[in-house]
Amino acid sequence: MTAGLRLWLGLGTALAALAGLSLCIGAASLFSGDLGTGWLIAVSRFPRTAAALLAGMGLALAGVVIQQTVQNRLVEPALTGTPEAAMLGLLGVTLIAPGAAPVWKMAAATASALIGTAGFLALARRIPRQDPMLLPLVGLIYGGILGSAGLWLAWTTDLVQYLGIWRLGEFSGVVQGRYELLWGIAALALLVYAAADRITLLGLGETQARSLGLNYAQTRTLGLVAVAAITALVIVTVGALPFVGLVAPNLVSRWRGDNLRANLPLVAAGGAGMVLAADILGRVLREPYEIPAATVFGVFGAGVFLWLLYAAPGPARNG
Amino acid sequence: MAETAGTFPRPARRLWALAGLLAALSLLFLFWHLRGPTGFILSLRATRLAALILVGAATGMATVLFQTVAANRLLTPGIVGIDALFIFLQTALVATLGGLGYALLPEFGRFLAETALLTLAATALFGLLLRRGAGDVTRMILTGVILGVLLRGLAELAQRMLDPSEFAVVQQAMFASFGSVPTGALWMAAVVLVGAGALAIAMAPALDVAALGRPTARGLGLAHDRLAVAALMLVAAMVAVATALVGPVTFLGLIAAALGRVLAGTYRHAVLLPAAGLSGAAILVAGQFVFERLLGLHSTLAVLVEFFGGLLFLALVLNRRSA
Amino acid sequence: MIEVRSLSYAAGATPILHEVGLDLAPRGITALIGPNGAGKSTLLHCIAGLARPGAGTVRIDGLDPFAVPDRRRARQVALLQQSPTVASRLRVAELVGFGRWPHHAGRPGPEDARVVAEALTAFELDALAARPLDTLSGGQRQRAMVAMAYAQATPWLLLDEPLNALDPRHARDLMARLHDLSRPGPDGRAVVVVLHDINAAALWADRVVAMKDGRVIASAGADEVLRAEILEEVFDTRFEIVPHRGRQLVVTL
Repeated sequence: MTAGLRLWLGLGTALAALAGLSLCIGAASLFSGDLGTGWLIAVSRFPRTAAALLAGMGLALAGVVIQQTVQNRLVEPALTGTPEAAMLGLLGVTLIAPGAAPVWKMAAATASALIGTAGFLALARRIPRQDPMLLPLVGLIYGGILGSAGLWLAWTTDLVQYLGIWRLGEFSGVVQGRYELLWGIAALALLVYAAADRITLLGLGETQARSLGLNYAQTRTLGLVAVAAITALVIVTVGALPFVGLVAPNLVSRWRGDNLRANLPLVAAGGAGMVLAADILGRVLREPYEIPAATVFGVFGAGVFLWLLYAAPGPARNG
Repeated sequence: MAETAGTFPRPARRLWALAGLLAALSLLFLFWHLRGPTGFILSLRATRLAALILVGAATGMATVLFQTVAANRLLTPGIVGIDALFIFLQTALVATLGGLGYALLPEFGRFLAETALLTLAATALFGLLLRRGAGDVTRMILTGVILGVLLRGLAELAQRMLDPSEFAVVQQAMFASFGSVPTGALWMAAVVLVGAGALAIAMAPALDVAALGRPTARGLGLAHDRLAVAALMLVAAMVAVATALVGPVTFLGLIAAALGRVLAGTYRHAVLLPAAGLSGAAILVAGQFVFERLLGLHSTLAVLVEFFGGLLFLALVLNRRSA
Repeated sequence: MIEVRSLSYAAGATPILHEVGLDLAPRGITALIGPNGAGKSTLLHCIAGLARPGAGTVRIDGLDPFAVPDRRRARQVALLQQSPTVASRLRVAELVGFGRWPHHAGRPGPEDARVVAEALTAFELDALAARPLDTLSGGQRQRAMVAMAYAQATPWLLLDEPLNALDPRHARDLMARLHDLSRPGPDGRAVVVVLHDINAAALWADRVVAMKDGRVIASAGADEVLRAEILEEVFDTRFEIVPHRGRQLVVTL
């Protein structure tokens, strides 16, 4: 218990330090300048910090859910066609009803993300689990197909500039009034945590989970909705952030195992911290220009993915 | 062997038919709605046509070679990150020479240098992948894909570190475009591609044996590894030239190779290689003709190739598994 | 008592089970034998309420597994699937703990902890309790899965080829353990187990059900079913039954 307490203290301190750093760093100086400190924090810095934390947490949790559902560690929301499907929905609603309220656009993106992810699950059922490397590849290609369909649609309707915004996740545009939908992720995170045991059971496979009395179809649908909604929220407000859903769950799983009731908070904190760190790095690497968080994280995430491909399953430490 | 000797005339006839189709498409491409300053437009179109044929043929043949060496029909050099390597190299060149220095390089020299560098790097990459993943093809593909993502990310990161003006120089090269082709480089590309193609066809009998898989081929006395390295160098050269000419097209090779296999109806590389090459060229010429001339759409061909190539890949995966 | 009445099941257009009728008494070990594709696994899945039959009924101690809530069903019957491929990095003790999920639904109590500890000891898993599943050998993982099904503490325990991946010693130990816990008594379970090793059935089973082509060919005491003429009909190959130290040894010819 004390070990757990120490872990949480350390993690909390690190997150708080990152958040503090994020509040202080930016194009406009916090303490000297024409803008009031409080105003700057309330309008720009706090929203940006919160957005990075929420997006990171959400994608990491979505990663866990999809990995347990398809019983494959190398899959994550960006490798299931979910973001591309969300973009298609968003394009569709922009074409049909350009003036729709953000909430409705969000709903359309979520609905089409749901359909796209369900399509991936249907594909996944046809692919044998003995070859775990095949599924992420199939997901990548599946996403590519949806993506090129979206690109073609955007081209023929002159909406290409929209796609550019969604494709590369970054937080420089986040200000008060433009990110609040992301708080929906906090609610979804609570929902996922409440179902932690059930999601762990999903990872045992359909037969075993049902034999233990799990309502498999219901739980899978719940997970699907959570993944689609989280991904759509992130895509619409800040853009795509690949690899977050892969890196955070895998690192935690190798470190502490797969008992989600105990480890989901770690996954969430890890994802949040890593995305915020990427954003901070993107702000300082090439001042005064900003590098998108997705670019910074992409390099790190691809490296971790390569390592995961060749790393033997390591023994988790006790604790 | 007696049986294949007996069926030889049919594949050969199919090859001629395919060549005839390509010729017809080319004529259509050249002379459709020819108006205005005829000579000028013709020379413009001829340049484009030559680029399309070269790129299509090179991609198709390179993919067949690659699939044979890797003993897997799902693979294309494009899937395993060659395009990312191209972008990465280009960024590295701009980063080291500076945007101005890069732009000042003579077109010939730049093309040659880029091709040579890409060939070298691609041979190293493919060799590494094939060695590490000899027994586990899926892992190897996935490694290539993610390596591609990593290279692309690194390139992007490097580009962001560049000045915005230098960034623009690189960005031009990042998307496949069949619209603008550097004319000067065309002759060089033609020489390299024809040479590589001839070498590949000369290797055809050995490739037939290699297609049986490494253990069997070695059992039959083939120096498989040496052949594999030679074939990979050819693949790298072809893909490098194609990529340097028009930029990355991931799935063209997959479609061309699959189509070539169906049309050739044989495993013999002496027929298979030209068939895949002709298919690739025909797809590009026909696609460009339909989209640019008939539908008046620009720069959508690459997207469509990706779309249908992706569908084909999924179909191949699912069929392989259920069979 | 498990009562199966005119049960039929088809996977798409392919019929798997034809009008199966079967009564299983709630004690001892029942071995399910038959050639590949005979429908043994499907029958087990239908009994456990995991595969809905096209026609016919199943009753487990009077309970319809398709009509009761999932968790209620999971307190009556546990099924261990054939060679489960588990990618999860749960630790062994955590996995066995999930056997108690139908009982506590997320809030384990002292009784659950006691049962889990007992299951770990019963299947010699104490030393492996803190190890993640993916660091275990196939046999160790199989034992952990059996322990999980055991911790479910159901009157009925259905096991689909549990001896897969087990070496002779662990196969013997597992069968002996199943034998012990299936003896009549307050804690006695009824065990139904699919076996490919006919000699394991001869050695450990109280009753044997022989299946072929989706039908039950014979269902009776082990001595009555494990006879050369019945086995020959079921497996389409010749057998000889050899007495050996007071037991029967089944030899293929």
